[in-house]
Amino acid sequence: MSKRKVAVVGAGMTRFVRRAQETGKELSWQAVRMALDSCEMTMDDIEAVCLGTAPDAFDGVHMKGEYLSDGAGAWRKPYMRSYVGGGTGVFVPIQAWYHIASGLFDVCLVVAEEKMSSYYPHAQAAFLTIFDHTTERPLKPNLLWIFALEMNRYMQTYGISKADIARVAVKNKRNAADHPCALLGDKNITVEDVLNSEVLAWPVNRLDVSPVTDGAVALVLAAEHVAKRITDKPVWIEGVGWSLDTAHWTNRDLAYPRYVEYAARMAYEMAGIKEPRKEIHIVEPYDPFDYKELHHLEGLLLADRGQAPQLVADGVTLRNGNMPVCPSGGLLGVGNPIAAAGLMKIAELFWQLRGEAGARQVPGHPKRGLAQAWGDLMQVGTVVIMGR
Amino acid sequence: MTVKIKNFPGTSLSEQDIADGKVLSLHDSMHADFGWDTGVAIGRYLAALKEGVILGAHCRHCRKTVVPPRQVCEWCYRPMSDYVPLQDTGIVNTFSLCYVTWDVQRITKPEIPAVIEIDGASPLNGILHKLGEIDPQEVRIGMRVKAVWKPIAERLGAITDILYFSPILEEHP
Repeated sequence: MSKRKVAVVGAGMTRFVRRAQETGKELSWQAVRMALDSCEMTMDDIEAVCLGTAPDAFDGVHMKGEYLSDGAGAWRKPYMRSYVGGGTGVFVPIQAWYHIASGLFDVCLVVAEEKMSSYYPHAQAAFLTIFDHTTERPLKPNLLWIFALEMNRYMQTYGISKADIARVAVKNKRNAADHPCALLGDKNITVEDVLNSEVLAWPVNRLDVSPVTDGAVALVLAAEHVAKRITDKPVWIEGVGWSLDTAHWTNRDLAYPRYVEYAARMAYEMAGIKEPRKEIHIVEPYDPFDYKELHHLEGLLLADRGQAPQLVADGVTLRNGNMPVCPSGGLLGVGNPIAAAGLMKIAELFWQLRGEAGARQVPGHPKRGLAQAWGDLMQVGTVVIMGR
Repeated sequence: MTVKIKNFPGTSLSEQDIADGKVLSLHDSMHADFGWDTGVAIGRYLAALKEGVILGAHCRHCRKTVVPPRQVCEWCYRPMSDYVPLQDTGIVNTFSLCYVTWDVQRITKPEIPAVIEIDGASPLNGILHKLGEIDPQEVRIGMRVKAVWKPIAERLGAITDILYFSPILEEHP
């Protein structure tokens, strides 16, 4: 199969805040404008628009794709909204990638938006509808349940402590202190702060969880001949992968994200990566909860099963460690506007690989990075590998 | 180009800004009412619950028994061969002690949601339910539990016909 090379050439994002004065349309437009300005392009250069946004239930708006279309710059263009739950933010650039790799378009805009604050009193209640309406919802479940259940199973299977896991939250919130858009950056946070925070659904404490957030991120993707004309520092999309596991989530192994492994293997093969632990220099795995970062590192084959906490304890995953993980600050630190949070990870790799990440810059001129997101009923994995 | 950008868009609001009338906000609530058909497989599952039985489905080709039952096997995409009654006992695969309700109200006595692997189903095949009649601090993964059913007259053919699962007290010979 012959595929054209595709590069990210521009990126923009809004601040991630608990509640934004701007509407979702306005946030989208501001992120897009910044992305276009960053590569000195205009809407006239954009041939198609790919939008990612998570559940309609947050906004109480049916067909959010249509609702956001003017802010996303979609009018008079081929436009498509994709949605794979929390995995959306890393899936939507994959959609733009295959638009361009296939030869259908030369330049695509990728927009990811989320405004979670509209739901009252708390966006979490909107997640009730992800559970099966007949066999689960009568039990009055909440979203924390599935994470708490999965985290407990992961801890028990490998003998991992809550302190081992809390180190991830500490690292990411400290990293986020260097991100100008971050909601929860904190240079001085400690493991004790996480362990002593309110217990929501044991083993999950408040600081193990990423916050409800509003925000938007946008990227410009271009085919090789356009990318080289626009910039001398294109960041290539070298591999993509996505995979789905059973939605009967109580019927599968909760200690290991098999679907992430399948998605990663697809992306590694496309990128020609044989030894991911040596060839991936920066990792931005999905971290809505601190244990998820560890879970995902194992699924991505970047750590042995049950051994990811040791990498964190040894400092390997620090920004100046051997394999920096979430140098952006991740969802735990920068914030978790669902679809926008995933695309923020792609934007972070773009800035890191170009050497433009400022205070967050990973040392040693990293050449290749991986971003991953995850969602639906904890059973979709999306992976993008980027290099320069 | 983050290093070149100093001012990022996005204006942060607090609840106080809205209470003080600094910005306007509009509230509305939607009422949505649905009648979900249970379907063939889950319909039989619920009917069995009313009789005090947890029903699974077996795929002869994959030799897997899953719960709740379904019409199609996810592994081979063939129709499931049989419905099979399972035990109303099992082991705790994982659990949580939850101090917030679905709409984030705080509660002091935790709910104990759990995934329970049902005896008679294939390994790791469980259902979501709750645990009861146990001190939250005593719950352990791997613990054996048994369904506590509603009185027959009160059963509706719903997952809540099982009130919760409670520990099976070990018999000392």
